[in-house]
Amino acid sequence: MVNGPGREIAVVATARTAVHESFEGPEAVLVMECVNDLLGRTGLDRRDVDFTIAGSCDYLAGAPFAFVLNLDGVGAWPPVYESHVEMDGAWAFHEAWLRLQCGDVDTALVIGSGRSSPGRPREVLALQTDPYTMAPLGLDPVSLAGLQARALIDAGKATERDLAEVAARARPGSGAGELLRAPYWSAPLRRHDVARPADGAAAVLLAAGDRARRLTGDPVWVRGVDQRIESHHLGLRDLTDSPSARLAAEGAGAHDGPLDVAELMALHSHEEIILRAALGLAGTTVVNPSGGALRSHPAMATGLVRVIEVARRIAAGEAERGLAHASSGPCLQHNLVAVLEGDR
Amino acid sequence: MARACAVIGIGQTDYRKRLEVTLDGLVRWAALEALEDAGLTFADIDAVLIGKAPDLLEGVMAPELTLAGALGAVGKPIHRVHTAGSVGAATAISGVTMIQSGRYDRVLVVCYEKQSEGNATWALSGGKSGGQGAGGTFAPWIRDYIRRSGAPEHIGRRVAVKDRLNALRNPHAHLRIQDISEEKVKASPMLWDPLRYLESCPSSDGAAAVVLASGDAARRSRGVPAWVIAHAKRSELASFPGRDPVRPRAGVECAEALYAEAGITDPLRQIDCAELYVPFSWYEPMWLEGHLITPEGEGWRLTDSGATELGGAFPVNPSGGVLSSNPIGASGLVRCLEAARQVRGTAGGHQVDGARVALGHAYGGAAQYFAMWIVGSEPDPAFG
Repeated sequence: MVNGPGREIAVVATARTAVHESFEGPEAVLVMECVNDLLGRTGLDRRDVDFTIAGSCDYLAGAPFAFVLNLDGVGAWPPVYESHVEMDGAWAFHEAWLRLQCGDVDTALVIGSGRSSPGRPREVLALQTDPYTMAPLGLDPVSLAGLQARALIDAGKATERDLAEVAARARPGSGAGELLRAPYWSAPLRRHDVARPADGAAAVLLAAGDRARRLTGDPVWVRGVDQRIESHHLGLRDLTDSPSARLAAEGAGAHDGPLDVAELMALHSHEEIILRAALGLAGTTVVNPSGGALRSHPAMATGLVRVIEVARRIAAGEAERGLAHASSGPCLQHNLVAVLEGDR
Repeated sequence: MARACAVIGIGQTDYRKRLEVTLDGLVRWAALEALEDAGLTFADIDAVLIGKAPDLLEGVMAPELTLAGALGAVGKPIHRVHTAGSVGAATAISGVTMIQSGRYDRVLVVCYEKQSEGNATWALSGGKSGGQGAGGTFAPWIRDYIRRSGAPEHIGRRVAVKDRLNALRNPHAHLRIQDISEEKVKASPMLWDPLRYLESCPSSDGAAAVVLASGDAARRSRGVPAWVIAHAKRSELASFPGRDPVRPRAGVECAEALYAEAGITDPLRQIDCAELYVPFSWYEPMWLEGHLITPEGEGWRLTDSGATELGGAFPVNPSGGVLSSNPIGASGLVRCLEAARQVRGTAGGHQVDGARVALGHAYGGAAQYFAMWIVGSEPDPAFG
């Protein structure tokens, strides 16, 4: 079974790089920028960090063991206690939160980083599909997202205008009417309905209990984190719903109190509509005030950035309680939810 | 301190070229065997963890997505660890922390590699032809070890023969060379001086799995527990002028942290056997020294004395080790689960008599990632 909350863990500092369409330097430099920022902000020495965990993806760089070079950005000398998930940094955040609950480490550095620019993301991401039956067809996540958006519209759960309104909120200065005149990209999705993978990094410093209170006057407590996956086979799923997001929200305790803000990692406009319903977000919850992943998508950091956006709003006193969501895989196959709360 | 954790189920496939089975079938084989061993089904599992080496080896990106169904993970948490060659042991340790966190009671950990799906040498060379491969990276450091320690040249051959003889007692092992001998190793082609063909690991397909449980869940389980007494991980930079790749500081500090947590003060005496990650023969004496099992310069002497043979005072790789089977992403978990088999007394033909405390170890990258655990037949053994 999944047991209740353990030791109190808080986000004590956050960092993120600018998001580059094409960053010319190595990924380790993006990582280093975040790590130095966090250490500077908290006054910690590298040696004060008990545990480090990063999320990244070899395939974006097109090189095996690409993540090894990111250790240079962590500054792993003297040696560090660390681990790595081949996933978005949001999943590294989940493992770090569990690690801190074991009680023997008090601080954890969580990193997410990625560079999409070296490759052609649609072709690269097609390799996320079943290698025997789907990948040889070149079925990529944007095409699959088009199928999901079509299913949503056919089920009467959304219209093309609803999609355009989601996209318009992510693009200040644009209106739904104008966006609806754009040509299709992967029908019924238009270019602006699809997040554009970019290069960037993000990082979070977590600390437990009193250590968190000593490190910052504005700890943002992580009340729950959960993540769930669905079948890879689209024929086995109701594409107009996201049961895994719902389960993750329940597991994270999302509905134990009102949610002032939610940052959802929707890489396609229609996903925000599915997620709002599956997560049961009330009309009073402000969704994606940052503009979300449609505005900025530093792959493998995008999910962790959702955590950072919510944590920053809570630390600034703009919200008391919030939900951060990350997704992975085609058609929202895998979803993570974290619930954050202020100290006020 | 964190709550107790035990291995209550173990599963593994045979390690060889597995063209008759899909990736899904391969991982499911190991997972189902581990569940059966524990007397459980997928319904009893709270979370799933997978580990493997680079995605480029099979050409499947983010394989937790495609394998979720085969691993009974639908509706559950799953995450994917990747820490180079150490990944199998690192994934096991991530699984232990999930139990120790208090949040989950039973976690399924599955690691695999299916090298026949792709071209591992191409992938390990960064997608370029003519790469130096792992042996090319390690050979200069091995030469430096030989120079520093004064080890005689037959030590590597001795390890190669010892592990291959052990493999003949392990039905899962890939290389089963009936007439293995030091002469045969010496006559095999030189790959990366001083490493010959028969001093190197094979390319294998295979999957391995363990079911981890909290102390309470372990006591309620049918599976015989192997208690996780301690675990440690350390990583260091790959390359800079002050680094010593022959005796990496991360390896030394990892071992120090491990023994301190376990309460071990004399590993050679207090640990009954070890599964060390030895993909090239000379890494046995190097890691005996680099992980403080023997003093510096003494590792090769222990090997030469026969103490590391099955039946010796400190058996190393009774299963046949990585030299006999290397499904890369799984190899570290195989070391950890073989250590667990020893303390459960279920290692079959390669059982070390009376093993109560065993070490499982893996390393990766440019000998810069280290992950280790110590398991025991008792949750809190006293080390006299």
